This record gives sequence, C-alpha cells and structure tokens, in this order.
Amino acid sequence: MNRTLRKLFSNAASLLGIILLIFFIVIAVFAPVLAPPLSDDPYQIPRMSWDVNPQPPGFPMSDNIRDMYEYIGKEVKYDKALCGTAQGGYDIFYGLIWGTRTAFKIGIITVFAAMLIGLFTGSIAAYFGKWLDEILMRITDIFLSFPFLVAAMVLTTILGRGLDKVMIALIAFGWMGYARVIRGSILSAKEETYVMAAKALGVRDGKIIWRHLLPNTIFPVLIQASMNIGTMVVTAATLSFLGVGAPMGYADWGQMVSFARNWIIGAPGHAGQYWYTVFYPGIFIILFVLAWNLIGDTLRDILDPRLRGEL
Amino acid sequence: MIAYIIRRLLLLPVILIGVTFLIFCMFSLLSPMERLATYVNDPSTLKNPQAAERLINKYHLDDPFPLGYIQWVKRISKLDLGWSQAANQPVWDAICQRFPATLELVIYSVVPVILVGIWLGVISAVHHNDVIDQSIRVTAIVGWSLPTFIFGLLVLFIFYGMLGWLPPGRLSTWAQDIVYTGTNFHSYTHLVTIDALLNGNIPIFVDALRHLCAPIITLSYVYWAFLLRIARSSMLDTLRKDYIRTARAKGVDEHTVIHKHAERNALIPVVTIAGMLIIGMLGGVVVAETVFTYPGLGFWAATAAQQLDYGSVIAFALLFALLMVVGNLVVDVSYAFIDPRVRLE
Repeated sequence: MNRTLRKLFSNAASLLGIILLIFFIVIAVFAPVLAPPLSDDPYQIPRMSWDVNPQPPGFPMSDNIRDMYEYIGKEVKYDKALCGTAQGGYDIFYGLIWGTRTAFKIGIITVFAAMLIGLFTGSIAAYFGKWLDEILMRITDIFLSFPFLVAAMVLTTILGRGLDKVMIALIAFGWMGYARVIRGSILSAKEETYVMAAKALGVRDGKIIWRHLLPNTIFPVLIQASMNIGTMVVTAATLSFLGVGAPMGYADWGQMVSFARNWIIGAPGHAGQYWYTVFYPGIFIILFVLAWNLIGDTLRDILDPRLRGEL
Repeated sequence: MIAYIIRRLLLLPVILIGVTFLIFCMFSLLSPMERLATYVNDPSTLKNPQAAERLINKYHLDDPFPLGYIQWVKRISKLDLGWSQAANQPVWDAICQRFPATLELVIYSVVPVILVGIWLGVISAVHHNDVIDQSIRVTAIVGWSLPTFIFGLLVLFIFYGMLGWLPPGRLSTWAQDIVYTGTNFHSYTHLVTIDALLNGNIPIFVDALRHLCAPIITLSYVYWAFLLRIARSSMLDTLRKDYIRTARAKGVDEHTVIHKHAERNALIPVVTIAGMLIIGMLGGVVVAETVFTYPGLGFWAATAAQQLDYGSVIAFALLFALLMVVGNLVVDVSYAFIDPRVRLE
C-alpha cells in the first residue's frame, strides 16, 4: 500500500490528478463560503437578471432581482456574477461551485451502488457456479446489449427529470463491468488452498466470499471504480446536455453547457462573444474527469502485476 | 469452428428475449395512458375517456404483465412501433428515413479511429515510458476525459463560429433542393456523398462532406483515444513475451520484431475492441448529431426524449440494442476466425 501511494505521488500524471482532486474537494467543502446560497435550496442557481442574453463576467445583480430578495427579507451577500451569467441570467460562478458538489454526489453514489450490485452478482455467480452462474451472466449480457448512454437516456426519459432519476438510470446500466471483473478474479481465486481450508473448516459460504475471497480479489474492481467515476459524471452531464437530466436551474455543469449551446456561435461577426458560457462549465467537467482518469490510469499500471517492476 | 458458431447462435434468441423483455419492463413503468399516447397521432383522442378505454383494450395495454409482453412483441415484430410525435410520422418510417444519415456518419468515423488509434498505440508501447509515450498517453487521457458534447461544441465554435468552414446540418439549403426535391438527382443508397458521386454531382458531394467533417472529428477523437489505450497495453504485454526476447537475442532487427512478430499477436484483442467500438459509437452519435443538428437517428431520439415522446425513445432503444446484439455476434464469430484459442474454450 505504501509502495502504491509512493508511486502515485512520484508519477507526474497521477500527481496532477491528485492536485486537481484536492482542488475540487476544497471547492465542494467550502461551497457555502465561496458562493453563499440565496434561496432555501442551495442547488438552485440564483439568477442575476431576468434577461435572456448571457452577460459578461463581473455583471452586477440587476436592481429588480435585488429588490426581490430584499422584499422577501433575504440578505444579498453575493451580488456579482464573477464568471458572467448563462442564458436566462443564471449565475455561472454559483453553478460551478455548487455543481462540484453535484458532480461528487453523482460520481460517488452511482459508482458505489453500481459496484455493490456488480460485486454481489459477480461473486455469487463465480462462487456457486453452474446454472446460477449461467443465469446471472446471461442477465449481465442482456444489460450489456445496450449502449450505455442510450440506455441511460431512455430510462431517465421514462422515469422523468431529476438528479435522483439520472442516478437510478446510471446505476441500472452501470454495474455489469464490475460483475464481470470480480467473477473472473473469484473464479481463479476459489481454487486456492485457503478457500478449500475455509470450506473444510465448515465456514459458511457467505463468510468465505465476504471475508476470504473479496479482500483478495477486490483491487481490480477498485481501480475500475476510480476510472468509472469520471465516466458516470460525464454521462450525467451528457444527459443534462441532451435535456433529459437535471431540472431547470439545478447546479449541474452539463446543464450549464446546454445553456451555452445556443450562444456559442455568437452574433454574426462576433464569434466567441459569449465564450464564458461554455468555457467555465466545460473546463470544470474536463478537469474533474481528467483528475479521476489520471489517478485511475496510474493505479492500473501500478497494480497490474504484469507491469510490476517495469515502472 | 462450426460448433462454436452454432453455440453462439443458440444464445441469440435468449439475448433477444432478454433485451425485448428489459425494454418492455422499462416501457411498463409508464401508465397505460402514457403508453397509449405512443400509439395515437391525435392527442385529443386521449381526452375522450371512452375512446381511450377502447384503445387501451385494443392495444392490450392493461393486460397482466406476461400477456402484455407477448402482445407487445407481436406488434413490434410487425414493425408497428407506434407514432412518433417528434417526427410527426409513424416511428418505423421515421427510423427508415433517418438511418442512412447515421450510417454515413458512422462509416466515415470508423476508419480514422481504427487506423490512428492502432498506429499511435503501437508507437506508444514501443517507446514505453519515454517522452513520446508520455505525450501520447496524456493526449489520449485528455481525449478520453473530453466529453463528446464539449469537444463537439469546441469543434462547432472553431470550424463554424470562427472560420465558417464546417456548417451544421447535413446539406445546405440549395443542396437540399436538389437532393430531396430535384428531378435529376437519383437517391440510390440515400448516403448523400455516394449518391452525389453516382450522379456525378461534385458540388453536392463537397457540400455533404463539409457538413460531415465536424461530427466525424467529434466522434472519432474520443474513440481513438480509447482504442489507443487498448492497443498500447496489448502491445506492451506482447513485447514482454519470451518469443520476442528470443527474436531479439537471435539478432532480428527491431523493425521486424515489432511489426512482424509483436504487432500481429498484439492486435488480436484490438480487433475485438475495434468491433465493440463501432457498436459503442452508437451512443456517441446521439451527442454528435445533437450538437451539429445532423438529421440522423440520434438527433431524432434526443429531440423525442426532450418532448417525452416515449414511443420514439423506446423504439430507438430497441433498434440500437438489436444493432448491438448483431454487432456483438459478428465480432465474436470473426474473433473465432482470427484467434483459434477461442473456439476451444
């Protein structure tokens, strides 16, 4: 483990990943300080004006919106759109900050849940084998017969808009990889003498899987999970971009990019006039995913026994 | 070999039943009224309770689960997929009309992906851990981290917004007039670039190509990054094998070792992945087509999803799942041809 950590910190690529990740964790933790919420639901992006057109960075909150907050007795601690506003006056900076929390929430919850389902299915299939293995693996095949994005899009459309629906859809079609990987590892590990010894001692099957097999086989799954967080966040963002993800005005990077889509070309002769609408949320998504991919990629190289001693 | 193919074919019905059943399960999450809406082209019918009741019975939307499934499969096997509100025409017609556009896009995207991906992957592995490898790897990870929709918007911004070279859509207005309504233009394949060449109409060909370039760039960048990673790790693996060491010890020159001895073996798994990649692109086309308003299946499905046009969305899922099942079958069988070990499993 120490060796792994040392490698993670000595490799330039993974070090960059770790730094980026720390940056995002800090943003997520200090979100209420960086961008104090103006409404009761902190994930609702405040609007800086009622204007449809995006406004450039530094745009001050328009008077009628300030009046509205004063009227309902809210103190406006935060009245400047540091990164400009998106279509409809939504404040980009606020969306970026709280969107970080959304991204962590989506990434960690979906990957964790998908991993649990995968581990459960895969380990049971491999350990008990025979017809149970056959049935569970055919079910896995069936779920794998859908392009991930298409399946997630269809299920979200049917369930309706909302972050929870998006997460359900991502979990429902995101567990199969883990099941396959853990099945492969357990199939070879269950022939080992320590498993036979445990069986001979009369240890229950569940305990053998949980206490003996999983700790010895889980590493490849964890690497896969770390690489998958990025994929899940991107897919959620893509769904928002396509217009089936988070509800209107929710602090979500994908939706902010979709706000930007109509403005990216700019007025004739002023290409790039509204660059800030796509630049900031776009760069946040890219860096977030990059962080996880850099870490996951190095982890894979380090923990792959075939590559050991070569790094 | 034949035994393997037969075994693989026997699995096909199981998968098909499973896939349709899973889609039907998703479909059943909707209420009978919502499901009925996918069959009628006139929303006012739904407001009339008696008519709605009659139609729900007619389409067996209220049947118990297994019966409903059987009725539904019967209907889709007759290609009766309902009415697409997003396209304002029957779902099956909508699919037929849009399929060639998507096919054209995928065909043109696959070739650069496979060639560039494999080539860079091999180079990266040969130069393992030095500057070339590191820079190729970083480019690939960046590509892999770059969400298709953001990269697409970037391409749109640069090549359309700033340079004005690659417009969105499939054809310019003047070209649409010639292709869709003109009398002298015959659509043989419905792939506009090929039809234009067959008709000898070079301006149309150029126009179609200009519209295709941007979505092709978008689709391929993300996927070559993926293929590169696979090619690299497979090549790295092979280069460590004993027979490579033997070849080097014998004094075989490095070029032959890499291109004759290692590459051929290393690329076997890459072939499978490449097959899966083409199938995986089916997801990417939704995004690429939406960004560039390219009138294919993906754009239609995304529009349908936004409008809660469930019938179109379900049909789209069904179609893409079937394409994927067939694609997987082809990949598995061709893999057995390439790698004899697979047959013995």
